[in-house]
Amino acid sequence: MSDIHGLRHQAGLAPGDEGGSVGLRVLVYLVGLGLAILLTVTSFFVAGTDLVWQPSIPVAIVVLAIAQMGVHLVFFLHITTGPDNTNNVMALAFGLLIVFLVIGGSLWIMANLDQNMLPTDQLMLMQR
Amino acid sequence: MTLTAVAREDPHHLGVLVDVAHEGPAPKRIVTGFGFWIFLLSDIVMFSCFFAAYAVLLGRTAGGPSGAELFNLHSVALETACLLLSSFVCGMASIAADERNHFWFQIAMAVTCVLGLAFLAIEFHEFADLVARGAGPTRSAFLSAFFTLVGCHGLHVSAGILWLLTMMAQVFAKGFRADIERRFLCFALFWHALDIIWVAVFSVVYLIGSAA
Repeated sequence: MSDIHGLRHQAGLAPGDEGGSVGLRVLVYLVGLGLAILLTVTSFFVAGTDLVWQPSIPVAIVVLAIAQMGVHLVFFLHITTGPDNTNNVMALAFGLLIVFLVIGGSLWIMANLDQNMLPTDQLMLMQR
Repeated sequence: MTLTAVAREDPHHLGVLVDVAHEGPAPKRIVTGFGFWIFLLSDIVMFSCFFAAYAVLLGRTAGGPSGAELFNLHSVALETACLLLSSFVCGMASIAADERNHFWFQIAMAVTCVLGLAFLAIEFHEFADLVARGAGPTRSAFLSAFFTLVGCHGLHVSAGILWLLTMMAQVFAKGFRADIERRFLCFALFWHALDIIWVAVFSVVYLIGSAA
């Protein structure tokens, strides 16, 4: 079983599985919990503050949320970039593609319709 | 015998001998975990549709109350704390399960369950309060989208708690058998995924929703 052509598939890891001693694994969860609390508190703080430029707040909240989801994926679900995790990461990438298409596409199309279509009450007037 | 050997080393008949490993199918734990991971991703895709609907309908209040007037961010913070801590304690239960420690497994699962129930209680209280104030799901498109999205997450948490209790009973009655451990692996994935969706809910629905 040589590894010459990179074709040898690794046995892989189930999503959620990880190695290491008990102390190390608890530490990983503690680091994840700490980062998640930090990001959550920042998010709630940013939402309520008037210290920053107001239009930037929704963007900041979205960025913080994506960062926190990343923290959860790595520290709680143990989805990593290691070779034993390739299948899990590929499935995740496909899922994210669909999620961004659905959300981005919906917002884009509906914003366009909002701008280009007559309001309903005026449409009613035209039909009379 | 020679024929099969050649086929093995030239699987696509390219005339080139390639070193292909034949380790057989992956262990059942990996297959099960991966399959459940695919399910979770499809669940997340379903939630993304509800999120898209909510984002589009955020301003469509039909003259009714907007998010800024309705949402109580203190109870949202409390819900977030409950779910985040329960996700952490569920991780502790995973470690206890791998160490085959019955005592800590049951303790961690019980704490996870209590935190999940606390989350559900706060959410139920919030929903009842909204309906009592005349801001039920029928009031406006915005509130329909809100109740669908957050209620769907709440239903997932309720199903998760039923599953959690089942896992406690099964581990208690049958011990850490391989099939029970696979079920628990899936449960832990489910519970962590619910927390990920909640991150999107409190950010998009409550924080951005109360700013808009």
